[in-house]
Amino acid sequence: MTETPLLKIDGLTKAYPGVVANDNVSFQIMPGEVHSLLGENGAGKSTLVKMIYGLVRPDSGSMSFMGEAYAPPEPRAARAAGVAMVFQHFSLFEALNVAENVALGMENPPKQSALAARIRDVSEAYGLPLDPDRLVGDLSAGERQRVEIIRCLLQDPKLLIMDEPTSVLTPQEVEILFHTLRKLSAEGTAILYISHKLEEIRSLCDEATILRLGKVVGECTPRDTSAAEMAELMVGKSLAIPARANADLGEVIFKVSGLSVEPATPFGTPLRHVGIELHAGEVLGIGGVAGNGQDELLAALSGEAMTAPGSVTLNHENVGHLGPNERRALGILCAPEERLGHAAAPDMSLTENALLTARVRKGLDKGGFIDWAATRAFAEGVIETFDVRTPGPENAARSLSGGNLQKFVVGREVMQNPTVLVVNQPTWGVDASAAADIRQSILDLAQKGAGIIVISQDLDELLEISDNFAALNEGRLSNVRVTSGLTMETIGLMLGGAHDMHDLKEEALHAGA
Amino acid sequence: MLVLEKRPQPSRAWIAATPVLAVVLTMIAGGLMFAALGKNPVEAIRIIFWDPLFNAQFASYARPQLLVKAAPLILIAIGLSLGFRAGIWNIGAEGQYIMGAIAGASFGLAFYPTDSVLIYPGMVIAGGFGGWLWAMIPAILKTRFRTNEILVSLLLVYVAEKFLASAAVGFLRNPEGRGFPGSRNLSQIESMNNPELIAGSGMHWGVVTAFIVVIMAYVMLNKHMMGYQIKLAGQAPRAARFAGVNPTRLIVLCLGISGALAGLAGIFEVTGPAGQISIDFNVGYGFTAIIVAFLGRLHPVGILLAGLLMALTYIGGELAQLMLTIPASAIQAFQGMLLFFLLAVDVLSNYRIKLKREGIA
Amino acid sequence: MGIDPVTLIAALIVASTPILLAAIGELVVEKAGVLNLGVEGMMIVGAISGFAIAVNTGSATLGFIAAAAGGALLSLIFAFITQYLLANHVATGLALTLFGLGLSALLGESYSGISPPPTPSLNIPGLSDIPVLGPILFAHDAIVYLSIAIVAGVWAMLKYSRMGLIIRAVGESHDAAHALGYKVIRIRVLAIMFGGACAGLGGAYLSLVRVPQWTEGMTAGAGWIALAIVVFASWKPWRALLGAYLFGGITALQLRLQAAGIDIPVEILAMSPYLITILVLVIMSSDKNRAALNAPAALGKVFHATG
Repeated sequence: MTETPLLKIDGLTKAYPGVVANDNVSFQIMPGEVHSLLGENGAGKSTLVKMIYGLVRPDSGSMSFMGEAYAPPEPRAARAAGVAMVFQHFSLFEALNVAENVALGMENPPKQSALAARIRDVSEAYGLPLDPDRLVGDLSAGERQRVEIIRCLLQDPKLLIMDEPTSVLTPQEVEILFHTLRKLSAEGTAILYISHKLEEIRSLCDEATILRLGKVVGECTPRDTSAAEMAELMVGKSLAIPARANADLGEVIFKVSGLSVEPATPFGTPLRHVGIELHAGEVLGIGGVAGNGQDELLAALSGEAMTAPGSVTLNHENVGHLGPNERRALGILCAPEERLGHAAAPDMSLTENALLTARVRKGLDKGGFIDWAATRAFAEGVIETFDVRTPGPENAARSLSGGNLQKFVVGREVMQNPTVLVVNQPTWGVDASAAADIRQSILDLAQKGAGIIVISQDLDELLEISDNFAALNEGRLSNVRVTSGLTMETIGLMLGGAHDMHDLKEEALHAGA
Repeated sequence: MLVLEKRPQPSRAWIAATPVLAVVLTMIAGGLMFAALGKNPVEAIRIIFWDPLFNAQFASYARPQLLVKAAPLILIAIGLSLGFRAGIWNIGAEGQYIMGAIAGASFGLAFYPTDSVLIYPGMVIAGGFGGWLWAMIPAILKTRFRTNEILVSLLLVYVAEKFLASAAVGFLRNPEGRGFPGSRNLSQIESMNNPELIAGSGMHWGVVTAFIVVIMAYVMLNKHMMGYQIKLAGQAPRAARFAGVNPTRLIVLCLGISGALAGLAGIFEVTGPAGQISIDFNVGYGFTAIIVAFLGRLHPVGILLAGLLMALTYIGGELAQLMLTIPASAIQAFQGMLLFFLLAVDVLSNYRIKLKREGIA
Repeated sequence: MGIDPVTLIAALIVASTPILLAAIGELVVEKAGVLNLGVEGMMIVGAISGFAIAVNTGSATLGFIAAAAGGALLSLIFAFITQYLLANHVATGLALTLFGLGLSALLGESYSGISPPPTPSLNIPGLSDIPVLGPILFAHDAIVYLSIAIVAGVWAMLKYSRMGLIIRAVGESHDAAHALGYKVIRIRVLAIMFGGACAGLGGAYLSLVRVPQWTEGMTAGAGWIALAIVVFASWKPWRALLGAYLFGGITALQLRLQAAGIDIPVEILAMSPYLITILVLVIMSSDKNRAALNAPAALGKVFHATG
């Protein structure tokens, strides 16, 4: 006897100009199954789930849900059928409260007071505590995700789609989430779980479909398959793991002490007494869940945010009062997280974008008059050295893929020979081979004696390349620990902030009871 | 279903073609408007766009007028375009224009009847300074208190208009004017006159200044860091901060330049074509210049051409008023329409229009 | 001095109503994340269309209806260009104002110097005869009460209704709203039309009641002041009412001071409403956190759904 699949996908194809996002994709999910959709950045996972959720229409192919033809023209129809989705980039409204946010995701929400009561009930039942009256803008990334999950759960979905849910969670929070998901699965809710983290998938999922470049390249039962096998299917070739010859740390060259900065935006995170000592040749990894002050820290180090004189020093020279270009002149360079709009101007050419940070150190102007020939030559140098795939430096930044633009942005700083380089999320949303190139270039730079601070939410990345590790939590930086020998549990506690280490453990236990 | 698809990068061809397309569409829509007014649309369009330049009967009067009317529009629009590129919206140029005229005229009249070659240059400097000072009000309020510069600069136009009224009937009133409002006629005072430099050309000091400003703006935007920073701040404010652009300095700079240029336009106008400070001395150049700036794609050369075209609609409009009794307000509506069409077709520079079938699913 | 507080307050309400109507409409537009700087243009087109229809039909009521329709129609141009053709809100709003001023002058060529049919006051027998309170509260025309009713309605809608929640959500983050399946563009177009209709009504109140006559450019910045009042109100309906009445009070007072021949130059008095508006804007915007928290986060940003 065969059970009817809950969701059956048959030959879905979706093409965008210049790229086929999904090519004849087929798979099926049974009721109550935790099914993983595995693939690296750009494999077409997001497009696929958007089609299931009714945000994107397929070019061809068909779907059926509980045995009936299923072609949601809009998310409303998907929700009505019993499909709910937790987004990777949250679909939340910061200036509205939790209950209002939940109501917006429901078809026929009850009155606010009744809704608030239900939110409390459901959040307790699933071990996800949440206060319905708080503004979402004041919540942490993990709490925001709870809002999304509860919004879904209140509709009793038959299929819950989760797009990279753990990227914003500490390891302990991940445990709590998995506990919730297993409970849901036991109650009969199927889960489509999208991720590129193999160990997570092995511990959580019943079945996995692996996508590469828009095509299904394999199916497996994660529990019975090794991470290495899955990785090979996902990436298609084995990648060189970034490495460096040796890691002798030199003198302390860059020092931050007692750095406190008020946030520039109403929902920003204030920095509190941040202290850093960076040695020549050191890669210092700063981990932390999104929204714990990463942007603010980069802005304070780059000089975009005002910092107190004396709070930042380079080679014992006070630079705290200096602006971005003055710090650049001294050798402090940065690559922010947001590529389009912060690190680069989307509509400007790569040549113009090269000028953005390289003017001072590369002497690209004379008395304010720009030497375009030299600027173009520098941009071409970056493109060539860092293997940036683009027809030429006259192309607009936004025409490049994420990985290529990131290579350009990091390369632009590396090629200016920084004394100190600060990068935030250097490989976020970047395909595996570009990510490996970028990490290697960071290590090479450290090898030459530069001090490097890598701010990242990707713990695997930090464990791979950093000598020392510190965690950012609510704008406070933990003590620095040597990376080798750190366990995931320790890291998790550091990320959660030492003060509530105890609570978190208890919460996890409580949820497990 | 028609859908828009973002181009990987802006289309240069469409950036150049959209203003032309907008003008053509405006001619069509304007023609319909004239037809609705009971006029022959083809004749009306011909009178507005063709006759001032090429009809022997009018050209000798109209051609010089082209430069006379274009100069203030270009001067003001160049200043505005810098701010618009940087995302700083000075829409109160009309007020800065008035204040520049008043400041310059006051400076000159204070010396009346002294005769010196220094008086006119002094008036020009005072005019630019007056406009600059008026623009500094929204600049300082924005940088100090984050007050919206759009509303402040615009509201200050009304204040400037009231001030103009009080100047025309009060402190600048011609003591020999038998009590009529209005100042002495500056264009008839040797030391305060902005004369036609080449007879029959319409060329006066304002026109010369406008040409110089176009060239300077071009150089600044394409070759100088200041222009780069202006563009960067408008396109990606966060990237601009990252590049070390100081937003406060940029606001003061952009509002200051546009205010000073509007003030210069005011003093050249009041000492030349207008002749005197009167209650209704301003004719809306400060607002029309907004259209000129956009029609010229915020590009100095584009603004030069757009200024000439807009001047043509003024002259042609007057002609149409004379010949076909088309009301002056129709020309104003016509100019507004032009901006609408321009903004509408501008979508083509950044997006492709695609025909898309409904999803098959 | 010859200024009677009761008639001053009654005059204040009349002077405030056009701006109040325009401001409450724009408030909804901005709550939906759209910055329409064409209020002045929509007001003046409302003023002439209302005036023309009222004169031609002899009915002020029909005039007001036509004004609302005229304002809404004009706002549709703005809606189309900003929502479907993705143009910059600021530039398009300016275009709307410039075009509206020209169009209204054109439409109004033959209407100068005519008197419109009167808009009757709803004199409620008994109530309007009460001394002091009667003339202040109970002796106005229907539009005054309508404007207050709109404020109350907008307040309740934004605070309690699902539609209000959706409008606020769209103004806060159009991408998130789109991801949840809300029709961002449709909601914004409807909000823009509501704003246009309100501005049109406000304009007609000027030409049919306050002045009452048609003159070119008669709005004289009222639309811009309405925009300033939305900022003053921190996007809160009842505060828009307060702001409009405050402004109306200053206008009414300065006109009376002019008439009373007080020893302040007429031009200074005439400038005062604009100067005080600027002053109020400065005070409101100087409180950094409050200004940033209340402004809709997506205000003035262009929305284009990808995929």
